[in-house]
Formats: sequence, structure tokens, C-alpha cells
Amino acid sequence: MSTPRDERKPVTDEPVSLRVIGTRPPLYGAVDKVLGRAVFGADVSLPELLHGKVLRSPHAHARILSVDTRRAEGYPGVHAVVTARDLPEGAGEQFERDNTLAGDKVLYVGHPIAAIAAESPHIAEEALALIDVQYEVLPPVLDVRRAMQADAPLLHETLRTWSLAGQAASPSNVAEHLQHVKGDPEQGFAEADVIVERSFTTTMVHQGYIEPHASTALWHPDGSLTVWTCTQGAFPVREHLSSLLDLPMARIRVVPTEIGGGFGGKASSYVDVVAALLARKAGRPVKVVMGRDEVLKATGPTPGTFIRVRMGARRDGRIVAAEAELCYEAGAYPGSSVGSGADTIFACYDIPNARVDGYDVVVNKPKTSSYRAPGATPAVFAVEQVVDELAERLGIDPLDFRLLNCAREGTRRVSGQPYPRVGFAEVLQAAKAHPHYSAPLGGPNRGRGIAFGYWGNWAGQSCCTISVNADGTVSLLTGSVDVSGALTGIAMQAAEELGLELRQVQARVADTASIGYTDVSAGSRTTFGTGLAAIEAARDVIAQMRARAARLWGVPVETVSYDRVVFTTSVDPTKRLSFRELAAQLSATGGPVMGRGNVDGDVLRRGGAPGLHIADVELDPETGKVTVLRYTAVQDVGRAVHPGNVEGQIKGGVAQGIGWALYEGCFYGEDGQLLNPTLLDNKLPTAMDIPVVEPVIVEVPDPVHPYGVRGAGETPIVPVAGAIANALYRITGRRMERLPMTPAYVLERMGVI
Amino acid sequence: MDGKVRVQATINGQPVEFLCEPRQSLLECLRDILGLTGTKEGCSDGNCGACSVLLNGRLVNSCLVLGVEIDGGEVTTVEGLAGPDGLHPLQQAFIDHAALQCGYCTPGMLLAAKALLDRDPDPSEERIRQWLAGNLCRCTGYDRIVRAVQDAARRMRRDADVHAEG
Repeated sequence: MSTPRDERKPVTDEPVSLRVIGTRPPLYGAVDKVLGRAVFGADVSLPELLHGKVLRSPHAHARILSVDTRRAEGYPGVHAVVTARDLPEGAGEQFERDNTLAGDKVLYVGHPIAAIAAESPHIAEEALALIDVQYEVLPPVLDVRRAMQADAPLLHETLRTWSLAGQAASPSNVAEHLQHVKGDPEQGFAEADVIVERSFTTTMVHQGYIEPHASTALWHPDGSLTVWTCTQGAFPVREHLSSLLDLPMARIRVVPTEIGGGFGGKASSYVDVVAALLARKAGRPVKVVMGRDEVLKATGPTPGTFIRVRMGARRDGRIVAAEAELCYEAGAYPGSSVGSGADTIFACYDIPNARVDGYDVVVNKPKTSSYRAPGATPAVFAVEQVVDELAERLGIDPLDFRLLNCAREGTRRVSGQPYPRVGFAEVLQAAKAHPHYSAPLGGPNRGRGIAFGYWGNWAGQSCCTISVNADGTVSLLTGSVDVSGALTGIAMQAAEELGLELRQVQARVADTASIGYTDVSAGSRTTFGTGLAAIEAARDVIAQMRARAARLWGVPVETVSYDRVVFTTSVDPTKRLSFRELAAQLSATGGPVMGRGNVDGDVLRRGGAPGLHIADVELDPETGKVTVLRYTAVQDVGRAVHPGNVEGQIKGGVAQGIGWALYEGCFYGEDGQLLNPTLLDNKLPTAMDIPVVEPVIVEVPDPVHPYGVRGAGETPIVPVAGAIANALYRITGRRMERLPMTPAYVLERMGVI
Repeated sequence: MDGKVRVQATINGQPVEFLCEPRQSLLECLRDILGLTGTKEGCSDGNCGACSVLLNGRLVNSCLVLGVEIDGGEVTTVEGLAGPDGLHPLQQAFIDHAALQCGYCTPGMLLAAKALLDRDPDPSEERIRQWLAGNLCRCTGYDRIVRAVQDAARRMRRDADVHAEG
């Protein structure tokens, strides 16, 4: 059986010769995907299916005076109309409820108010126009610093600031003020020979997954509910449904479909409750598929920010003091990523004296969601330019300056925790040794910049089961949604433990009725945390099979061992059984063997993955257009379970970072209208915009994982904007204080316009 | 059936006849009427390329074509790429080069690449990148897709040579 939780120790295995980990097999599901057979969210179809559409607010801030749905209800082909009144009274947390279907107020353009289920999406859309909503329009507040002012329009009359001092007495748009202090910042700045201070603003950016959100709900005659949805986490969706529908969790089955990108944005649930309400009222299954404009207006973005950074260093190159103020837009409801921004901003460095203040601020824009290393990219864009400037003022090479000051094992972070073993210095040394760092730039108007970033692993909770089949193959189930090949990496760890080839392991993502609670696939946790569950399940299988061999041979179980090739006993060297041979005898020796792994990885000491990026860019001085010519991303991944997949994560993360750095953003008018709700105007990078990104994998094993795995998926986006900004400084002599660094902004900084 | 139009076309080599509303896009007809859900919707305004199909040999965004417009025409979707001998060389190359991660843009990307290779069996990297610039991918950073198309082109030229010699 599996080890009781309190006895589970971090394990560092003796080095063994790995047979599966470190190889590059094709990913599960790849063949289905190239054939067009993989079932994504909108591909779900059921008999008698109806189609749902959502009525959304045209105003950024307004009181809802009345909602009259009678005309829409009478429209031919309409089967159900729902509003917030259809949510069970008192069910769910107020903000969660209001963001699903607005109650008294709408707080952003695109805020859901009502929904319609009809015979076709077109009929549902036509009927939306028949819903009569009366508004009292209120002035919106759209900028984080304006929202923090005492006279700013208030989004929530009940919201009062939480801080270390408790909760404030009067309402505010500031939901939380958090603070980390280490050492004596004033004293530290007094010791500094050079002090640099700058302020930065960044725009909200959308995750830009190509698959819009889609959810299909079916109620069964016994009152239970099945929901098929494209999500990063089926269990959190189940919890959300349970809370807002006031339904026991066991009566809800959430089936995660294939997911067409999420990047954090599909860790939130938007249309699942709406689909369920419509389906219940209509008495038929309902599918709700969002349009791209709905995705851009009402889901996901990562916060816009204002960040002020001040750092001081001595002449000998040591950073002695730092302070940062981070103001993050949460969107319409509290819960921005300012916490992880504050946690990450100085994470790469050993700074004796520092203070970080973070503010979580509501504004009249959509509720923000996670986006790949949430909160870290703006923070690192800011701090890496200040670090670069310090190095320049001190006349030290920027890589050497980072090496002088980088965090090491035992360094206490400003946010409190000391680091376990993390390859900060190893990454910097690998970058310095890489030919890119010393290569000639090869032309005018070109510059090279570097930036250093870090993202911590969240391990989370995961379940995995492994069933042994009579032919020696195994069936693996996990609750972790397969984002970009994570399932393959999980199964590879199980195969390694079991001594099997990967083709003997068939892994699948289970629905919430078929496996235990598993957190979202997010936070760089899946290959790490669910990998731990897979390893535990595999070890459970081996323990049970050792007992079967012992029974067959009539020897004590302690004498039976498995070296990932054969089961043997020290009692009788002639007894040998392969995994396959023993699997064939399970039926006759006690029945099926099923191993389980159910882990809470957060009891382990927390590591993470640092990355150092080198960017060469070219600036067209006439138009301000920036082209990324060459890009190298060095990262400590602990151990690359599937190196091809890790490289894919790095290439994809850098591509997103380039878009964020140079042109992506959600731009709002003064009235709170999203000005670019299409992919024409909200430009994502194309094949013409991204150079060949060279990933450099550094492997400093994480001591808490048996194979040394670190989460690798998020770090690759963190340093990109900072590296490009530092490269642009080399060309323009100007620091870039705003994201995105559009041609117009670059020309403005150069004084051209 | 009021207001619906009868459409006859050849889809993936098969004769097909269906009824659709004049306002339904080809994308909706493929997915919702014909059950060909391999073609994906990403934006429905022609900016992401996820719904790319071939119409009479020409690469189109099926969200920007009305279903009634294909009457008498020929459409190729991702479901029509693989042949009796197995995967199309582009499909195989996408797997071999890990040119897909989430896989949502993949059907459109495959069709766009096929349209290019049908015209130019030996395209330069620059031409591949230009040709695929109408198909957004958010996962890969594109370079493996470019490598996969180059590799598939090589395989297809080699196969063509073998056929020519045989």
C-alpha cells in the first residue's frame, strides 16, 4: 500500500541508469490531433443538443435597474433564458456568483447578465437582442493608480482593504496591501554607492489560447450532472459548479476534453455554470461556445501594472538594498497575481535589505486570471532593467553583476523562505559560456540584452492510479489535464519506475468520477507534482507485485526485489519472473493489482526554475519596428523528463514573451470599451515574427523529486520583455518604461515623435 | 426546412449533399451539419486560420465562406489528408518534429502547409513562414512547424521521384 502521508519522506534516489526519462517519444494524442479526431471543448455533441449564448454588458460600470426576458422567452426556437435569479439563493461566494451572472451591477464591458438556449446559436443570438436591460450608467475607473485614489469611483461598496494591520474601516478599490520586509532597507540604501529608481507601467495582456472556452452540460434523470469542458482542471470546475448550483460534489461529473491552449486562462471557469443552468431549465443538454470577442472581452487577461523599483549597490558590485511597489489590476473582482509578482520580483538575487509592497486593485475591466508565471513578467521587466542600469553605472558586465549577486542555496527570499538547491549560478555560468553571449552583433542598429527570471514550483495535490493488465501492459489514470504533453511526461516517470517501455503504459486523463481530487494543470506543477503521484502509484504496484511473487514462491516478501527488469528472491536464485510473466499470474494469486498515488506535493520544500535569456534585436530607427534576430534561453529544469517537450515549452514561452514585449495588449477607451476585441487588432506573433529560439537546458536536480524534476513550463516567458528592453537600451540609450514596446513608444522614447 | 438551401459538393473525395441556412458558414456546415469537427473555430473572423480548408484547391478560412458557396465545389479538410496507406507526409512530419503541442491549430496548419506544397514542392524557409503567417499557433513558437513542413516537402519530393522513376 502507499506510504501514509506523514511518513512520506523526500527521496533522492541513487543514480540509476535511466531508460525512459530523458528520451523523446511522440506525445500521447499526437496522432489523433493530426487526424482531426481529438475531441476539444466545442467538438462535444449530444442528442437533442441546444446551443447557448450569453448577453453581456455594453457598459464598463453600471447599476442594473431591471432585466426583462419575456420577449426573448417567446422567441421561436428559444428553450430557456437564465439570469442571476436562476442561481440558487445564497449559493456560492458573492464575487464568484456575480462574475458568473451579474447581480446588481455590471463591472466591465462583456460582464455576463443573461443567457439563452435555443435550437441554434443563431437563434440564441437573435433572441439576446430581445432581452431588455435598463442600466444606470456609472463612471468607470480603468487605471490602477487612478483606482487607488480616495476619490475614485468605487466598484464594490463592501470592499475594504486587507493588510497586515487588519481590515480597513472604509471601502476602497484596494482589496489587499501585502508587504515583505527583510533586513533594514533604509540602512541598506545608506550603504549604497549607486542607487537607481525607475517606474514602469504595463498593459493588460490576454493569454491568447486559440481555442475559445466551450462547455456542454447534461442533467440526468436522477438529478446528477455531467459537464464536458475545456479546462486546465476538472476538479476546480466541479467545485465551482457544486458551490454555485448548491449541488453535492459527488453528483457532478466533469469530463475534461482536450484543451486547445490555456496558459492559465483556462484555470478559471466562465460558461460551465451558465451551460448547467440553461440545460436544467430547458430539460435538454446545452453547449455554450464563446466567440473570440467574448474571450477577449470577458476572460482571462493578466493584470496591467504600475511598478516602481529602487535598488542600491556598493562599488564592489554587491546589491545592498532594494524596494519595490507593485500595483496590479485585479479586474472587476479581487485576486490579481500581485502576490506572485511580489514573490518573484527580487527572487533571483541575494539582497540583504529589502521591502516589497503589493496592492491588489479592482478596476472596471474583466476579472484577471493566471497567465504563465502569473505576475512575474511585468515584475522582471521592471527589476531587470534596474539591475542592468546598476551594472552599467558600476562598469560591471551585466552577466558578471548577476553572478555576483545571484541567490544561492540557503539565501532567504524577501518573501521569507530560504532556497533549497536551485541552479541560479549554474544557469548564469552556462549563459556566459554560450557562444551567443560573445558573438558579434553583425550590423548597425542592433543590440543585445539579457534578463534573469525565476518561477517557483507549485506542487499541489494530485492523484494517479495504475492498473496492471494480464498481458503486462498497464493503464494509468490521472486527474491532471494534458496541457501540451504533460501526460506523456507523467507516464514516462511511471514507466521508468515500473521498468516498462512507454508503449506498455497507456495513460489517460480521467474525469472527476474516476479519480481522486487533482489540482489544475498550472503553476509548473504537473510533470513535477502529478509525476510524484505517478511514481508513488508505480511503487505501490511494485510493492503489491512483490507480495504476489512471494506468495507464488512461498518466500517472505522482504526477500523479493525488483530491479526494473526481473523479480527475484534472495532465498532462491533460480526464481525469476519478469513484470510480464508475473502480471499473467495475478489473477491466480489474489486478483487485480491497482496501484495508487495520492500526494500533496506542497508538504515538500519548494524549489523552482531560474532562466537567463539573451536577446539580439534590430531596431528600424525610422519606423520604430523591433525585430528579434537571435534568442537563447538558458534554464535550470532539474531533469528534463522529455527534453523535446521541455524545449517546446521554452520556445513557446519565449514566443508569447516576444508578443507581450512588443505589441500585445488589451487596449481600452476612456469609457471602458475594449478597442481591440479581435485577433486582427490584438495581434499575436505569427511565423514571421518569431526567430528560432535556442533552448539551453541546465540540469541541477531538485532534491525533493526522485528524478530531480523541476517544473519548466512558466519560467520561459518571465525574462523575455526585460531582455528585449535591455537590448533596446543598447541601441537607443533609453530605458523602456512601458509594455508593450510598440514602434510608437520606442520612437517616443528616442525623442523622434 | 423553410429557408434552407440544398448544397451538393465533394468533400474529401466523397460526394455530399446537405441542407443549410444561407447564413451558415462553411465552418458551421462542416462541423455542425456534416460532423467534420477536425476543422476548428478560433475566431470566426478570418484572423487565426484554425478553420483553414482547401476549396477547389485554394486555401480559405472556412469561417469566411458561406456553406452555399461550395455548391458544385471540392473541399478538403484535415479528415481527408490521410490516405489508405496511412498518414499524409505532413501529418507524419508534424508528429516526428513535435510540431504540435495543444494541437488546436494543427488541422488548419496542415491544410495551409498542404496548399503551399501543392504549389511549390520546394519552398524556402522564408516562403513557408510567409505562407503560414495566417495561421496562429500559441504553443510552439513556430520553428518546429517550419522544420516539419521542410521535412515533409523533402519526403514528398523523394516519393514523387520514386514514382517518376518507377
